[in-house]
Amino acid sequence: MTLAASRPSSSSLRTKLQDALPRLVLAPSFMLLLVFVYGFILWTIYLSFTNSKAFPSYDLVGWGSYIRLWNWTFDTDPPSSWYTAIVNMGLFGGLYIFFCLVLGLTLAILLDQKIRGEGILRPIYLYPLALSFIVTGTAWKLFLDPGIGLERAMHVWGWTSFKFDWVVNPRMMIYCVAIAGIWQSSGFVMAMFLAGLRGIDGEILKAAQIDGASTFATYRRIIIPIMRPVFLSALIVLAHMAIKSYDLVLSVTGKNPGGAAELPSTFMYSYTFTRNQMAIGSASAVIMLMTIAAIMVPYLYSELREKK
Amino acid sequence: MSVDALLKAPAAEPSRSTATTRVVIYGLLLLFAAIYILPLAVMVMTSLKPLDEVTGGNMFALPHDLTFQPWVQAWGKACVGLTCEGIKGYFGNSLKMVIPAVLISTLMGSLNGYVLTKWQFRGHRLVFGLMLFACFIPFQSVLIPMATILGKFGAFGEYLTETVGWDFGFGAPTENLVIVHVVYGLGFTTLFFRNYYDAFPTELVKAGMMDGASFFQIYRRILLPNSTPIFIVTVIYQFTNIWNDFLFGATFAAGDAMPMTVALNNVVNTSTGVVEYNVNMAAAIIAALPTLFVYIVAGRYFVRGLMAGAVKG
Repeated sequence: MTLAASRPSSSSLRTKLQDALPRLVLAPSFMLLLVFVYGFILWTIYLSFTNSKAFPSYDLVGWGSYIRLWNWTFDTDPPSSWYTAIVNMGLFGGLYIFFCLVLGLTLAILLDQKIRGEGILRPIYLYPLALSFIVTGTAWKLFLDPGIGLERAMHVWGWTSFKFDWVVNPRMMIYCVAIAGIWQSSGFVMAMFLAGLRGIDGEILKAAQIDGASTFATYRRIIIPIMRPVFLSALIVLAHMAIKSYDLVLSVTGKNPGGAAELPSTFMYSYTFTRNQMAIGSASAVIMLMTIAAIMVPYLYSELREKK
Repeated sequence: MSVDALLKAPAAEPSRSTATTRVVIYGLLLLFAAIYILPLAVMVMTSLKPLDEVTGGNMFALPHDLTFQPWVQAWGKACVGLTCEGIKGYFGNSLKMVIPAVLISTLMGSLNGYVLTKWQFRGHRLVFGLMLFACFIPFQSVLIPMATILGKFGAFGEYLTETVGWDFGFGAPTENLVIVHVVYGLGFTTLFFRNYYDAFPTELVKAGMMDGASFFQIYRRILLPNSTPIFIVTVIYQFTNIWNDFLFGATFAAGDAMPMTVALNNVVNTSTGVVEYNVNMAAAIIAALPTLFVYIVAGRYFVRGLMAGAVKG
């Protein structure tokens, strides 16, 4: 089945080298990933069981870091930054995923109605994807700034009681991060859904029409169920992006003052590199990794199996 | 689910919708378009206003006294930390980092994809699976070891400078970032090329073998000439990702070596003096220009890359 195996086997060095060549070509990349990804992950896991502070220490001390994080999640009053990070992760992740899916699907369905000027509209929904999270955050920080942004504009226009200070209000900052994130990523979900919609067999829709199904019923009963795999792909991509979000928090909130918009990603960074609690930082990184692995591994496994 | 279907005309029959529903549909689409455009529009307008017009006016108003001074200021004079020489140097840093990183990772990905589809060996699927998962790890889980290793590189570079007189690029922040981006971009580039070459007719490769073409000859003469689209997609994807990266840049490059995104974050969040919103916005647009440009010129390939990153080919 494999091409390499079907070649005549000869013991000459040249042929042997020829046969090994494909693997030799792949080897550097594979080794790099083995060391820099899997080796490093093991290294981080190891560090999470030490008492590393500012520098890595290699004396194992057991589950201490995890126990501390665990206690911080449930037992501390006032809330610890890890608790804040978890709560914010839930808020941000939930809002981000939900609204990206809803907006993406809505826009895709609207665009799929034989729209004139689709070629102009589609790029408009998609362009934020080309912007970095830092630029996105910078733009939204200005846009939502009460002094010069939206609130001020409303005041100038005469709606003087309008108040919108979430971006400088520590309790509401995380929602602004979500707004900026949704703006940045929803176009991507729209593109996924649109490709899904365009891939649906026209015959099925014709049949539904002949049976007298309304447009709404066609979408609810036929189209959206057909697109279940797209939902799953989008959900997984969004979930993993939400967990990895880091720069967006810093730029929307202006370096996350007081840790009000803490996420696990920012928690890991500040504990490792500024608070000199490397073991705690490693433990939080491991928790992030495990969460993503729990989402990605089954998905990737099924994707790879499907092919053959 | 083909991505190119996006660009084709809708397959569905036109629904017999009334004039009112058409109006509602167009109304909603335009409303959303306005919402998506507004932040960028406000950014551009703010960057073209003098500061007192920004702080004293309405962000939605068109510039009254149109000025390009903020752009000049951002490029040549804005303060990043304590140095006030504008962002031009950091823009250059990003270019110096992004070009080699994109080229190396794309080329390696292409060869990997070729091996994984046309020269399959036992365990090729496991190898690919391991490379694929590497695309999705949170980089926090490799940050500390990477910092430690790069620190070692730095020490080795210093040692080389002392003994040989040149550090061979060991420990230089830009080179470090190139290594980091190549390593963590390999998974994606391999994925792109694997999916593309998977659909490439194996018969052609076999025919080449019959004619006695070697591994590299087949790659160069048969696959490469047919790989232009996937090269464009991969280069664009890698360029956007690496240019927009912040985490690695912030962790592994400080001071003069910062890439654009990190420098921009410092410009915007500098705590000294009056906040020059117009200059900040000009800097942000300059930082976004390369990727926006790529998007405008090659949007089709851009979207295709994003979708390929969602695994399904």
